[in-house]
Amino acid sequence: MNVAVAIETLQPESLPSASEAGPASKRVVVAYGFWIFLLSDIVMFSALFAAYAVLVRSTAGGPTGADLFNQASVAIQTACLLVSSFTCGMMSLAVDSRRRGATYAFAVLTFVLGAAFLAFELRDFSGMIASGATPQHSAFLSAYFTLVGCHGLHVTVGLVWLAVMMAQVAIMGFRATVERRLRCFALFWHALDIVWIWLFTVVFLMGVRP
Amino acid sequence: MTQTQHDRAPGDRPVLADSEDGTSSGVLVYTIGLVLAVILTATSFWAANTSLLWGPGIPLGLAVLAIAQMGVHLVFFLHITTGPDNTNNVLALAFGLLVVIVVVAGSLWIMDNLNNMTPPSEQMNMQMQH
Repeated sequence: MNVAVAIETLQPESLPSASEAGPASKRVVVAYGFWIFLLSDIVMFSALFAAYAVLVRSTAGGPTGADLFNQASVAIQTACLLVSSFTCGMMSLAVDSRRRGATYAFAVLTFVLGAAFLAFELRDFSGMIASGATPQHSAFLSAYFTLVGCHGLHVTVGLVWLAVMMAQVAIMGFRATVERRLRCFALFWHALDIVWIWLFTVVFLMGVRP
Repeated sequence: MTQTQHDRAPGDRPVLADSEDGTSSGVLVYTIGLVLAVILTATSFWAANTSLLWGPGIPLGLAVLAIAQMGVHLVFFLHITTGPDNTNNVLALAFGLLVVIVVVAGSLWIMDNLNNMTPPSEQMNMQMQH
């Protein structure tokens, strides 16, 4: 208590209360708004997860998850996305310290790993569809393609976003708007990895068990 | 000191007193996160394929590992802390998780109840023929 009194008496104007401090900086407001969007996006994913969990046994006599899922491919996809999340963090550090070369290098790594993830996922999808396990075959497959495909779509959007951001860094440099967008991209990419944790746990690892 | 009056932006690392040291400690944080995440992921894949563990308990174990890994990602990659400058971020996250749990658990509960209460399809067909 004495300490609090001392701070108040010593520097009354350097620590105003939150209500007196005025609006937060744009950097905080933008990132917080994007954080709210990400949480709403995760709520949307939760609806798809719920649909999948309800319909996972409704295979209509068709193939089950244990027949279809390739664990080696899932492990590679998981590794790609996890390491790309790490390189995305490295890119954020490079942006913070304004190192342009490192930013490009880690952005390229993130992009390549994300594209590799997408390539393996699309290979799995096309293999399943070629073997007759199409989305219209059973409720289980509809739910599976919707849930996993929606995540894949998010990764695709993330890759496009990353490419656009690198063009902006090249043209505009590290100005405040570009830095805020890069920050939002990092949040988005890490959130996609969190969704993937639940995807490989609920869909693939629990799905291959009899 | 004036930075502490507002909440920190989500994804921002804690403000360090020595800014010169910021990058190397940042690399360390991300590396710890990556190592922990790799360990948890590897454990998940091992647990799903092993015959050493009690089978019916494995889905629960996988869920616990996923929750732990989600925590690792939130702390080490998204830099969410329990500090006073993170209250808004944590509250938003808590509300999001509440909605997620209500949607998933509620759907499973209601659909399970419906499945148990719906008569088998042969009986339904007979009723419809009458």
